[in-house]
Amino acid sequence: MSEAPTTRIRFGMSSPGQKSAGEGASEEEPASEEQTLPPDARVDLAKERESTGIDEVFESLDADLVGLTPVKTRIREVAALLLVDRARAQFGVSTSTPNLHMSFTGSPGTGKTTVAMRMADMLHRLGYLRRGHLVSVTRDDLVGQYVGHTAPKTKEVLKRAMGGVLFIDEAYYLYREDNERDYGQESIEILLQVMENHREDIVVILAGYKDRMDAFFASNPGMSSRIAHHIDFPDYTLDELDDIGKLLLRAEGYSLTPEGEQTFRKYLENRKTQPRFANARSVRNAIERARLRHASRMMTTDEAVGRDELTTLMPEDFLGSRVFTEANGEKSNSDPA
Amino acid sequence: MRITQGTFSFLPDLTDDEITAQIQYALDNKWPCSVEFTDDPHPRNVYWDMWGLPMFDLTDAAGVLAEVNACRKAKPEHYIRLNAYNANYGKQTVALSFIVQRPSDEPGFRLDRQDAHDRTIHYTLHPYAADAPPGRRYNGQQ
Repeated sequence: MSEAPTTRIRFGMSSPGQKSAGEGASEEEPASEEQTLPPDARVDLAKERESTGIDEVFESLDADLVGLTPVKTRIREVAALLLVDRARAQFGVSTSTPNLHMSFTGSPGTGKTTVAMRMADMLHRLGYLRRGHLVSVTRDDLVGQYVGHTAPKTKEVLKRAMGGVLFIDEAYYLYREDNERDYGQESIEILLQVMENHREDIVVILAGYKDRMDAFFASNPGMSSRIAHHIDFPDYTLDELDDIGKLLLRAEGYSLTPEGEQTFRKYLENRKTQPRFANARSVRNAIERARLRHASRMMTTDEAVGRDELTTLMPEDFLGSRVFTEANGEKSNSDPA
Repeated sequence: MRITQGTFSFLPDLTDDEITAQIQYALDNKWPCSVEFTDDPHPRNVYWDMWGLPMFDLTDAAGVLAEVNACRKAKPEHYIRLNAYNANYGKQTVALSFIVQRPSDEPGFRLDRQDAHDRTIHYTLHPYAADAPPGRRYNGQQ
């Protein structure tokens, strides 16, 4: 094509070591800049905010997620930053793409996955992510089983997550310090590279339990420094657990009698002090078990049942739980619920 | 001689932005994409080398473009094409295929005539580049 009379626009990447004489000029197209506002113009941030529909996300965040104040505050801060960046861009003030990789640490059942899902939606609405989908993976999906298996596997997952959020659950499993030939390290290196070079394409969120994640970051300082937002999910207080329980019950179409509410609170109080307590997840399990007991209670009654009986949980539905017997000193090895 | 194979080949070479838009169109239609390269661009050569496996379950074009760029980097003087497959027919069907890189210099094809029986003539196309061994065909580069 070198002798072709018409000059054609070459492909984006010019081949190395080859002079593109005469064609270099046509390569540099004038960047199609959006019209920049004059320096004395005013931008209505409230209007901008409305156009993104971000308030809906915040509202549903407040309505569906009980507590988690530090998390919500940080999400609002990130949203504000992105909105202000957009307004700045309208004036032609360029900002580098902010680093939005995050790490969520906290006890089991504190809502890390749920928040990650909301985060993807929010970043999509704010125009930071192009697609806004969430790809949730664990060590299994990233790390291969034999030499040369890890890199393609990790790269494939990263490609799938492009334009959205890559959520790595229990990320501390990626690094095993007891085995230095573990392939996890290879996966971490690829992750780091993509987190640095494809910042506008992907947001990586690492999640895991606090103490283990701290150990993970201590042995991978490069990972820690590439994550701008270390968000700690606090444990729920008793009141918050109570609210979560009521929220779940309402969603499932159940209600509690006043005595039932007291028993439920007492249940949570006891359960909180027992081993393997998993915050909101334990609350959900408790409700599942209560539903089972409620159902078998319904089956054993001889009378016809009405809507009220079918939707109301009684104290005995909770009292049947092992949590109450264990609180009285007995011990059992299985998971109490 | 500029080789015209696949979609868009009579247009000026697509820019990366245009390629991204095409990939996104394919992905929005649920067509998985794959990258292939060759230094034997004879029109009848349908077997180009695969650059990795076809990429399934992607939603965003950035992942495919990253593979295209990786292939361009490794094979700067090869033809590279992007295929999008439509599985709706129950078999892997190419729905879209276009060239995303060509060598800096394309010498073209020569027409070979072969005398056959009864004074008939057989014609065949022979790429000038194919005289060199594979891997050294375009500008002597891999």
